[in-house]
Amino acid sequence: MAKVPKPNELVFDYNVPQKWWMDTKPEFKPGTWCYPGKAKNLEVLGLPNPREWSPLDEDWKLPSNWKEIIFEGMRDCLNKYRSLRVFMDICVRCGACSDKCHFYIGSGDPKNMPVLRAELLRSVYRKDFTLAGKIMGRIAGARELNEEVIKEWFYYFFQCTECRRCSLFCPYGIDQAEITIIGRELLNLLGVNIDWVVGPAANCYLNGNHLGIQPHAFKDMIEFFVEEIEAVNGVRIEPTFNRKGAEVLFITPSGDVFADPGTYTLMGYLMLFHEIGLDYTWSTYASEGGNFGLFTNNDTLKKLNAKMYAEAERLGVKYIIGGECGHMWRVIQQYMDTMNGPADFLEVPKSPITGTVFDNAKSTKMIHIVEFTADLIRNGKLKLDPSRNDHLRVTYHDSCNTSRGMGFFDEPRYVIENVCNNFWDMPPNCIREQTFCCGSGSGLNTDEFMEMRMRGGLPRANAVKYVHDKHDVNMLSTICAIDRAVLTPLMNYWVPGVDVTGVHEMVGNAIVMEGEGERTTDLRGNPLEGMEDLSDEDL
Amino acid sequence: MGLEQFLAEDKPALSKAWFDLILGTYPPETSALLQKDKNQFSNPVGYTLSESISGIIDEMLGDFDREKVLPLVDKVVRVRAIQDFSPAQAVGFVFLLKKIVRNRVEVGIREKRVSPSEVLAFESKIDELALMAFNVYAGCREKLYELRVNEVKNRTFRLLQRASLIAEIPEHDTQLKNGQDSIT
Repeated sequence: MAKVPKPNELVFDYNVPQKWWMDTKPEFKPGTWCYPGKAKNLEVLGLPNPREWSPLDEDWKLPSNWKEIIFEGMRDCLNKYRSLRVFMDICVRCGACSDKCHFYIGSGDPKNMPVLRAELLRSVYRKDFTLAGKIMGRIAGARELNEEVIKEWFYYFFQCTECRRCSLFCPYGIDQAEITIIGRELLNLLGVNIDWVVGPAANCYLNGNHLGIQPHAFKDMIEFFVEEIEAVNGVRIEPTFNRKGAEVLFITPSGDVFADPGTYTLMGYLMLFHEIGLDYTWSTYASEGGNFGLFTNNDTLKKLNAKMYAEAERLGVKYIIGGECGHMWRVIQQYMDTMNGPADFLEVPKSPITGTVFDNAKSTKMIHIVEFTADLIRNGKLKLDPSRNDHLRVTYHDSCNTSRGMGFFDEPRYVIENVCNNFWDMPPNCIREQTFCCGSGSGLNTDEFMEMRMRGGLPRANAVKYVHDKHDVNMLSTICAIDRAVLTPLMNYWVPGVDVTGVHEMVGNAIVMEGEGERTTDLRGNPLEGMEDLSDEDL
Repeated sequence: MGLEQFLAEDKPALSKAWFDLILGTYPPETSALLQKDKNQFSNPVGYTLSESISGIIDEMLGDFDREKVLPLVDKVVRVRAIQDFSPAQAVGFVFLLKKIVRNRVEVGIREKRVSPSEVLAFESKIDELALMAFNVYAGCREKLYELRVNEVKNRTFRLLQRASLIAEIPEHDTQLKNGQDSIT
């Protein structure tokens, strides 16, 4: 009889290397890193060191004085942002943040712990900017800056979605997102960035939106949706473009214009504005609500944000309404005012329908469409038939930027509960300020990063699965364009049977419009509850 | 069923031993976390592993109903298929069970409560479990690449369509609706 192996001989070696974090280096495996920024895009944005390179190369073609550049950049940031100095000094490594990161929860890679990700930068800070680090080196948690450190920064600062969940649990309130933002700012000084960020930023800078959709094509696309709406309920909507003297400029992420299912959300905006008779215009120049400058550097962030306001001033509107976007609101709420504000040439937003004055936007003059709609509903200005969403069993994903970035929790839920009859929230430690990230924010929503996206989105998907199993939820709603794009594949992998929608798509389904014919389908062409036979005959 | 009964005498310990070995495939900081936090939502990986493993053990020592086992294997493999593991490491957690069982049955064989042929039969069930895991793993990886392809396709196709840059051949149903004749 053949020799039967002993138990220990049976299983191959699973042992994980036991090394200190400073001695482990990232391995650039496919699916865990994004393609680097193309030279042409860096050139458009005026970013340093445009070149063709790959993270898989040994030589990243950094400038010869790269170390000097980083130290100078760090010095500059430390002087400019007092918060950064505090964040560098104050962490006591208590570990409260460590298990709060969706990437760490999903990947199990200790360097995805927020504390350790920050330590990647902090260790260099200690070595060159603190006395203890200069003298005691490693013992004080300090380390030399070398090319391996830059590679590690690239790997891990582009495995953070700047969602700020960890910051919520930090007893000192260290904003880890801002550490990642600074980390990326420093990397940009060397021309180290990803193309999924600098490509859209360059397009936005040149053409007004992330995809580089030209004005005529942008107009064509909106008109395509006008036809789609007419096919659903017979109402013809006539949007205007670049119209001077309109009361409101409406800006939404371009994802709503070209990517399903955001496109249906855009149809919802069109229907709502038409029904209330809002005097508004689209702009084919400020045709992007998103701002990938936030993921590049401060200068690009400011430039792209300024464009929206320049267009508002050119058109002579009173204020701006922004569509369902995530990071756009982080920029408006937290950075716009000190970068380009106050927008004194605009007026404090006042709803022409209800008379409500949005004092919360007194300085930025820009309001979120969900607060605008919630106010309309609250004042009884919309005729709604929530039963048209009865085929949907809905839950809601709080986008990190609108929830933790601007405290926007109840308005979306209020709208949802008024436009649909079947709504279930996910468990409390997965929503509102504790919401789990989609895993693909901050410019990481690219296809080559899919494996890492599935890791990062695991905790969110896990909570959706819970309400799917318990309440048969089949629709995940959200108010962020990146979410709408990325939660779809995330659900496809983790929770098949759950689709993704914007809140205003459901508003579009429910809104009863003047002169409309009987609807048999929703905006996607799916039969409404009880209309299954009718819509079949219709075909 | 001697072996199954023998192992069932300390089922929780069997589950725990398997769980601990699986945790050993993660870095030490991570395995500590996976073990410590019992919340289904703040520690989804630890919770999924522990629940699924205990369910698989129940089936292995019971009826081994394949329809019940497969979703449990799916839960574990779906997670490991996208984590930083080689294909062998991702599904190899199944064979860790052999290690545990062989260690445990030594006593049973010595005391003649378990026969070697029962051990072989039980190991065949573990082999079947491994093949299930392999199927799930392959399906997960295929899905991952399918998602990538779909994302790229949607990005360009919808744009072209919306910008009226491509002419689509109408669906048969649409032609009927519009009262058109077919091309032929």
